[in-house]
Amino acid sequence: MKRFVSRISLPLLLIVLLSLLSGCGYNIMQANEEAVTAAWGNVESAYQRRLDLIPNLVEVVKGYAKHEAETLTAVTEARAKVGSMQVSKDVLNNPESLNKFQQAQGQLTGALSRLMVVVEKYPDLKANQNFLDLQKQLEGTENRINVARERYNKTVQEFNTSIRTFPNSLTNSMILHLQRKEAFKAEEGAKVAPKVKF
Amino acid sequence: MKTFTRFGIFLMLVLLPQLTYALDAPSLKGRVSDYANMIPPEAATRLEQKLAGFERETSNQIAVLTIPSLQGDTIDQFAIRVAEQWKLGQQGKDNGVLLIIAQAERKVRIEVGMGLQGVLPDITANRIIREVMRPYLKSGNFDQGIDVGVDAIMAATKGEFKAAPQDAARRPARKKTSYTTIFLIVVVAAAICGMISRYLGGAVGAVGLPLAASMAFPGLSMMMLVLLALAGLGGGFLLSMFLAGMSGGGFGGGGFGGGYWGGGGGGSSSGDSFGGGGGGFDGGGSSDDY
Repeated sequence: MKRFVSRISLPLLLIVLLSLLSGCGYNIMQANEEAVTAAWGNVESAYQRRLDLIPNLVEVVKGYAKHEAETLTAVTEARAKVGSMQVSKDVLNNPESLNKFQQAQGQLTGALSRLMVVVEKYPDLKANQNFLDLQKQLEGTENRINVARERYNKTVQEFNTSIRTFPNSLTNSMILHLQRKEAFKAEEGAKVAPKVKF
Repeated sequence: MKTFTRFGIFLMLVLLPQLTYALDAPSLKGRVSDYANMIPPEAATRLEQKLAGFERETSNQIAVLTIPSLQGDTIDQFAIRVAEQWKLGQQGKDNGVLLIIAQAERKVRIEVGMGLQGVLPDITANRIIREVMRPYLKSGNFDQGIDVGVDAIMAATKGEFKAAPQDAARRPARKKTSYTTIFLIVVVAAAICGMISRYLGGAVGAVGLPLAASMAFPGLSMMMLVLLALAGLGGGFLLSMFLAGMSGGGFGGGGFGGGYWGGGGGGSSSGDSFGGGGGGFDGGGSSDDY
């Protein structure tokens, strides 16, 4: 009987050890990091979509609102600044470059919303089918950006929690060495509502 | 008195974020969830049938939701939350469309699943709202406005996908089978091994239960797995003893672990009720006033 128990207990021990390994969070943390990367990809493509829209929008507005050169230049410049940024995947591990990215995009958001306020003065422009379509596309794009950012933040939170809770934290500090990731903060530009001047 | 006011302020500060928190997504009643009572019953039934037929033909899932008020939320943010919860459209095709009307705010939104944004881009969605639906909605002709809107959405999205036989079939059964089959395999294995030796039966239970659990619910903590292993050990052992005690009995392990697993298997729907197929949304679509 005793020999039988010891014969059984060895594989049992092995199996318990195996299940401990799958329980130490190694795979989960890796999967969570991949989820963050995927969500970041969606954030980038949503922002890129907005970048692609802007030249057409500026062109249409220019035709009707020649006196708004200043506002238009601000949009073009903010766009150029965003476009010149080299965003690579290491943004994810570098809070500072994420901040810079967010700041540049926030400036563009601000410039665009000022432009959208200014065009209220031009009824002809607002009635233009082409402009209306672009405006709706821009709205849709801004919404996509919000959704992508929110989802990104959710994956970041999940990832950060998974590397900081026990026993994953142990596995991480010994084997994986994954860094905490930065989430998006509430948009700076969104806090400052554009002023309406008539 | 002072402490009372202080406590009151404290309470307000604690409760305020919850009070202003966004409106919850309502539960999916069917293809037409008319919470604002804007559609007469017979028109709603007709609309349901039309949408069901459209899904059979194209696999696209279109749902209509009316709500009395957004309660301070924006329709864009509300719509994406509903879309995320309802998961309209087939998994992998992402071909769901959600048409939302907020009565008090007089807002309409067409939320378009990622797979249909090619044929129903934001511009088209907005034109459907402004040019097709708005004239009817403005004059209070809600059921007709929704009907023509749905027709326009169907016309735009018709050609994109064809229904595959597995789309409707795989949905209700999928989750249930994977959980219960793994579990049944564990029970049967534990029973067979338990007839050889009760220790062996216990061992199979100790391994099988956490293994099955981690397959069914990835991301279980180590604590949970250890507990499950212990439960499996005990369960397998008991099952073996039970089988040994019965003279020629069959496998009677039906009630084994039922408390834990009952939660996973439950909630599956009957064949004719409507549920989202797992489609994804990214916030695309358009909204406008009416």
